[in-house]
This record gives sequence, structure tokens and C-alpha cells, in this order.
Amino acid sequence: MQSETGKGMALEARHISFRYRKQKDWILKDVSLTVEPGERVGLTGPSGCGKSTLAKILAGYEEPLEGEVLLDGSLLPKKGYCPVQMIYQHPEQAVNPRWRMEKILCEGWIPDEKLLEDMGIEREWLRRWPSELSGGELQRFCIARVLGPRTRFLICDEISTMLDVITQAQIWQKVLELARKQRLGMLVVTHNMALAEKVCTRILSIHDCSLTSINGGIAG
Amino acid sequence: MERTVSDRVFFHRLKINTRTRVMVFLCLAAVYLLGIFFWGLFMPERAFEVNYTDKLLPPGAGHLFGTDFMGRDMLLRSVKGLSVSMVIAFLAAGVGSVIALAAGVAAAVLGGRVDGFVNWCVDLCMGIPHLVLLILISFMLGRGERGVTAAVALTHWPELTRVVRSEVLGVRSSQYVLAAYKMGKSRLSVAWNHVIPHVLPVYVTGVILLFPHAIMHEASITFLGFGLPADKPAIGVILSESMKYIASGNWWLALFPGIMLLTAIMLFDAIGENLKKLWNPDNGNE
Repeated sequence: MQSETGKGMALEARHISFRYRKQKDWILKDVSLTVEPGERVGLTGPSGCGKSTLAKILAGYEEPLEGEVLLDGSLLPKKGYCPVQMIYQHPEQAVNPRWRMEKILCEGWIPDEKLLEDMGIEREWLRRWPSELSGGELQRFCIARVLGPRTRFLICDEISTMLDVITQAQIWQKVLELARKQRLGMLVVTHNMALAEKVCTRILSIHDCSLTSINGGIAG
Repeated sequence: MERTVSDRVFFHRLKINTRTRVMVFLCLAAVYLLGIFFWGLFMPERAFEVNYTDKLLPPGAGHLFGTDFMGRDMLLRSVKGLSVSMVIAFLAAGVGSVIALAAGVAAAVLGGRVDGFVNWCVDLCMGIPHLVLLILISFMLGRGERGVTAAVALTHWPELTRVVRSEVLGVRSSQYVLAAYKMGKSRLSVAWNHVIPHVLPVYVTGVILLFPHAIMHEASITFLGFGLPADKPAIGVILSESMKYIASGNWWLALFPGIMLLTAIMLFDAIGENLKKLWNPDNGNE
């Protein structure tokens, strides 16, 4: 499946190093990583090892101190719709509390009825405020709003940690289905090995500022 | 079963009532304050002219608030005085809020040295006791109307600047604003759709809560003799005059103007607090 894709048609991190302050230790040192379209890469590791930092760098939220992030061989666009989109751990922080769900959902693109149905978003929720929905319900909106046709890579930073097991399973099932259909490349950050093995095609672990590959995961 | 239904109806009615009550209160308070303001603004000087035949009358049918030692009607004098205070407060709030908005936004958006400088100015102004600063500025500008107005206008921006700065900083680094940029939104669009709706309610409440402070401070420095001249019908002048007569039993000279000042201040404060409640997204639907 991966072999079909032409060279360079991928999200690529090249020799990335990062630390938050000059005096502090390196969080990431010379990390390289490639995510192909249709591939789901799991990223695990202990707390504070730099999983989320790497995710933010790949999504363009942080600039690496050394190295570069390439999309199809060129730097991530700074303006306009970014083909690499990120979904956060806390959906309630990722939506504007003063907007109705409708407006939040349609900020990047206008999702069709089918997608809303697939994501289990009820019509009635669209007229509500974010404070009137649960974390799981909000997360469905956060995912749906970045699944537009211009999105090619999804960075999921612990997106199901705050949810109960049933909601977790439901949401992942939908996301995987849609990711397969649109051939999205995904980076799945999680500390839950079982989840990573269930949803990813390969799994990486961050250890001492660099990546090691772990066997596991399912075939694409 | 019947009980739960009636409970729900009851709560439903209560819900509507909370919001409506706040609105009704806001309207009444605004009408009262604006009434005093315009009544005083268009009141001719002869409305409370000297009339020695009626001097030091206690409150009664002819003069609701009584008269002073020159036979002037205290109700009309108090209204005029409060309205003069309000004019100064409006000016102060206008100038103060513009300074606060400009400085707060500049500090948050430009950061670095600008932020440092704005914070330094805020700390400098807040480090000096407010009344001392007011007296200094007023005294420097030769007291009188110009002195008080300038003093009140120039000293009420620091708190609001801090509020604006922290609100803008907070919303700019929030995940939903970062995500909006990634979804291809321009800076202008983010400012219009995310930042302004977030900062505006806090800012407007801040400006309204500035009024009671400004009125109080104008009255205070006038009372202390550093503000408006003694021939002006200002509430501070009225109160400081009344102190001379309170010992001889003319209690109404201090009581009624004092209550009027207090009512106006508390109403402004309550308006601000209620607007805050109304605009908070967490209880906006209560």
C-alpha cells in the first residue's frame, strides 16, 4: 500500500531538535520521521518525553530549533489552510465558548450530512453552546471540522484519553473509516499501547530524545 | 409524575425570570442615572438660587431634601452636583478606557519591550496611593474643574489596561485561535471573530465599573478641597459644607446628598456586575 505513493508525497520530519529554553535539556535530538499517506503511525512513550512536542512541530504549531518539517518535499505552508491538522486532547479548550456548535463546525469547511451522521453528531446539537455538550460530543465536532478535503495528514494528540471506553471505541472506528476513505496519513500520539496496537500500522516510541521502532500494529 | 411536570414548569418560569429581572433592573437603573444626569445638565442656575427667607428648612413638602444656610434647595443642588460629577466621570472613563485599550492591546500584541514598558507604567501608577496621585495632578494643574477632570481622567487606566492585556494574551494563545490560523483564517478574521467578541464584554464592563470610582474620587478630592471650587454645586462641596452644620443638628444637609451619591455609585456598580453576569458564556442561558 505504501509503495504506491510517489517519492516525497509524505509528511516528513528531518533531523529535528527542540528544547523550550536555552538552559534546559534537549527534548528532541536529531529526530527523523516520515508519515506516508494512508499510514497510521503510533507514537508512545512516558509522560514528558516529548510526544506532544513532536506532534506540535509536525503540525506546524512549534518551530523546530534544528531540522525541518517537509510536506511533499517543501516546507509547511505558513498561511492558508494547512493540510496537516491537529486534534487536541481537551476538546473544550479547542472550541470558542462564545460560538454556537454550528459556527465551530463550519470554521474550516462545510461538512456534509453524511459526515455528521458518520461521526454521530445529532442535528439538534448544532444550535447548542459548547458548555452544553459533553467532552465526547465536543471531540466529535473537533474531529469533523478538520476532516475536510484539504486535510491530508491528521495529528491526533491523545484525542481519546478524556473519553470513556465506549465513546473511545466509537470515535476511533469512525476516524479510521474516514481516514481509510480519504487516504489520510495519521500520527497517533498515545500512552495507551493497546490502543496504538489496535489502530496503527506501525508504532514508534520516544526514548532519550530519539525514536525507536516497536513491533506491533495492524496492517494498513 | 404530575409533580415533576409542575416542577419543570416552575423552573422554566424561574429561568426566564432571572434574565428578565436583570434586564428590568438594568433599564430602571439606567433610567434613574440618565434622568439625574440630564435633569442636572439642563438645570438653570436659578433653580437653586439663594433665598434667605427659607434658610435651613428641614425636609418637607416644599423642599424634599430641605434647604441650606443660604436657603438653596438641597434636592436640586444635589442633582446638579451629581450630574457635574457624572460629566467628569464620563470624561474620565472616556479618556481612561481609550488609553487602557490602546496600551493593553499594544502590550499583548507587540510583547517584548512594549509589554515591559506598559507594565512598568501600570506598576508606577498603581504603586502610588490613588488619592495622593489625584491630589498631585489636580494641584499641579491649578485645581479647579480642569485640574480634577485631568486628574480623574489620567489615573483610572491602569487596572483596565491590565485586564485588557491579560484577556488579549489569553485568547491569542488559546487552542481555538491557533486552530483557526491553521484552518486558513487571516489575522483580521481571527481578530474580528475570536478576539473582539472575547475582549469586548470584559472591556465594556470594565469601563462601566470605572464610573463609580471616578465619581467617588472626584467627590473625595473636592471634599478635601483640592477639586472643584466652593461656588460650584458639586457633591463634594455640598458634603464638605454640610460638615460645618451637622453638629448644630442640620442632619439633612449631609444625609440626603450622601445617600444620593451612594445610590448612584452602587447602581453603576450593580449595572457593571449584572452585565458581567449576562455576558458570561457559562451562565448566558440561565
